[in-house]
Amino acid sequence: MSKVFIALQTNDDTRSIIQAILADNPHAIANEQPAMVKIDAEGSLVVRRSTIEELIGRDFDLQELHINLISLTGHVDETDDELTLSWNT
Amino acid sequence: MGVAAIKEYAFEPADRLENFHGNQLLYIGWDQHLLFCAPFCLPLPPAMRFGDIIDKVLPGVFGYHPDFAKIDWSKVVWLKSGQPWQADFNKSLAELGLKHKDVLRFRTPGLDGIKGSAS
Amino acid sequence: MDMKVSKKKLGLKEKYQHMTRGLGWETTYQSMDEVFPYAKYEGIKIHDWEKWEDPFRLTMDAYWKYQAEKERKLYAIIDAYAQNNGHLSVTDARYINAVKLFLNGISPLEYMAHRGFAHAGRQFPGVGPRVACLMQSLDEIRHAQTQIHSLSNYNKYYNGFHEYRHMLERVWYLSVPRSFFDDAYTAGPFEFMVAIGFSFEYVLTNLLFVPFVSGAAYNGDMGTMTFGFSAQSDEARHMTLGLEVIKFILEQDPDNLPIVQQWIDKWTWRGYRVLTLVGMMMDYMLPKRIMSWKEAWEVYFEENGGALFKDLARYGIRPPKWLDQIEQDKDHISHQAWGTFYNYAAACNFHTWIPTDDELDWLSQKYPNSFDKYYRPRLEFWREEAKKGNRFYNKTLPMLCQTCQIPMIFTEPGDPTQICYREVDYKDNKYHFCSDGCKEIFEHEPEKYIQAWLPVHQIYQGNCFNEGVDPTAEGFDPLAAVLDYYHLNFGRDNLDFEGSEDQRNFEAWRGMATKNT
Repeated sequence: MSKVFIALQTNDDTRSIIQAILADNPHAIANEQPAMVKIDAEGSLVVRRSTIEELIGRDFDLQELHINLISLTGHVDETDDELTLSWNT
Repeated sequence: MGVAAIKEYAFEPADRLENFHGNQLLYIGWDQHLLFCAPFCLPLPPAMRFGDIIDKVLPGVFGYHPDFAKIDWSKVVWLKSGQPWQADFNKSLAELGLKHKDVLRFRTPGLDGIKGSAS
Repeated sequence: MDMKVSKKKLGLKEKYQHMTRGLGWETTYQSMDEVFPYAKYEGIKIHDWEKWEDPFRLTMDAYWKYQAEKERKLYAIIDAYAQNNGHLSVTDARYINAVKLFLNGISPLEYMAHRGFAHAGRQFPGVGPRVACLMQSLDEIRHAQTQIHSLSNYNKYYNGFHEYRHMLERVWYLSVPRSFFDDAYTAGPFEFMVAIGFSFEYVLTNLLFVPFVSGAAYNGDMGTMTFGFSAQSDEARHMTLGLEVIKFILEQDPDNLPIVQQWIDKWTWRGYRVLTLVGMMMDYMLPKRIMSWKEAWEVYFEENGGALFKDLARYGIRPPKWLDQIEQDKDHISHQAWGTFYNYAAACNFHTWIPTDDELDWLSQKYPNSFDKYYRPRLEFWREEAKKGNRFYNKTLPMLCQTCQIPMIFTEPGDPTQICYREVDYKDNKYHFCSDGCKEIFEHEPEKYIQAWLPVHQIYQGNCFNEGVDPTAEGFDPLAAVLDYYHLNFGRDNLDFEGSEDQRNFEAWRGMATKNT
């Protein structure tokens, strides 16, 4: 199976986002590097709005991800509630 | 072959012989001596004697290398465009059939660079 | 009576539909072919532009909102960094040379990308890709501007930043990135999208912006970190666009496959060659290192690229050509590149040096198959000679590859002791190449590459001296004349780091910053 990843800047905004991603994707592995965190996952990875909102205690628009996003791979499927990265193999 | 284009597409090459003020380009590389990062490009008159290149031009080009002074030019192996080639020090570039942008390489068996590293 | 009416908000998908569709029309005064003259000549067949979909479904209103927020963050950090004399907190003044390379060699490409996407967007008859190209075009000019703003802070204190715009079109090594982008920009809109949107953005930019920028942070350079990650946050969107381009084109018509495959082969190779510079920056120019070029290549190219091409196999796309050579090269190219700049440090707008013993050991450890055997002896020899006052400055101009324009520094696949030579005879002229990849790219479109402005040949043609300079005058010094033409100050911008003005100033200022003297 192929891996997808998402990399985010390390800061206060992303702390809860990273926590949410790791909670929603038990198979994902966080890899901390200077100033950034890269989350790798076999097959696919989902970023769920509701989990983030629960952690930050406010509404969250998934497009806010763009502000602190560094990079990603895989096909992107974005709705109001979820952003999914996946490969078709 | 050619190029995908919306109309006719034909241009003169940027490096044709006429642009070099009477010189032609000769590329020359010393195999297994990569302390010099790449082969060299030299603009030379076609009438220049090949021996003069060896005696007068190459020391300024390759002389920094400690192997250079040890070269026995009678034993050097020459390649032109990767094929064995016979040098003649008394002939000119033109007489030797060296054309604009030809490439020569030379090998110096027994001399294989700094500590044998091909440097 | 007040009734609270809850406004129904459009969902992401609906909003995207509304804001990217129905914006175009069939022209009547002029034919569509005349209005979009570049849409067909490349041979790509598109039957339904409506099938285009941006996976992020970003619309212009959201775009402005989030980009504004990114800018505010970025400039807050840049200001703080400048106000706090942040340049004095980098690990080592040698590091600043990596930033010089960035401004001179990479930032101008951002500007060219801006032009390229504006052009491609104008030429596509479909509205979806035009909106996507518009956003990317704006992103790219933002990158050029933020990089220039951020690095202007270094320009106040250090040499070599002063004329990047002038130098781009003149300095020998800068012809490599410049010709890469010129090649893409002068192609048709579809090739441009595959070249830059897919091959460069998707397959290769992670290598530039992720490990190198993380390395900048590790070396205390907040300015570069912030513009780098801010740019890369746009790249994530660009990469997604690049992948969408490929899928869209391939799904439109089976005849598109061989054209796209040839472009992927070409542009992966072209981009890979340009990245040689980045390999060198990572292995030699970051005083504190996070990962080697080889490791970065394995993560970001082999692993990610592998996943990508496995996925694209369902369209009949195969991995790019020459991967076997690329696989072998990862042990070598960063060392070959650093050796090249060490050779020609007199003609560079940044400084070079021999790595310290610790750094040499790090390289040995990261490159167990190649470093001690081939490269360490070279570096140690140069260091010894420099100590004796015999620093090696190569004064003879090198042979260049006709396609990538890099000096012929690369070795034969399987033999790191032998320079790789390839040649082609075309219409009574001979052309030389560093590799099978560059040779094949030339053979596909020779008429394009025979026009290449090769810096070495241009110098020999007499085209790289200032007006009024007479190369036949007695005592004419060609190197000095060329450096004048480059606007490069001999003894300040070039030569070794050891003994440079940058080194002296950094030491003095850092001393002032930490002591009350």
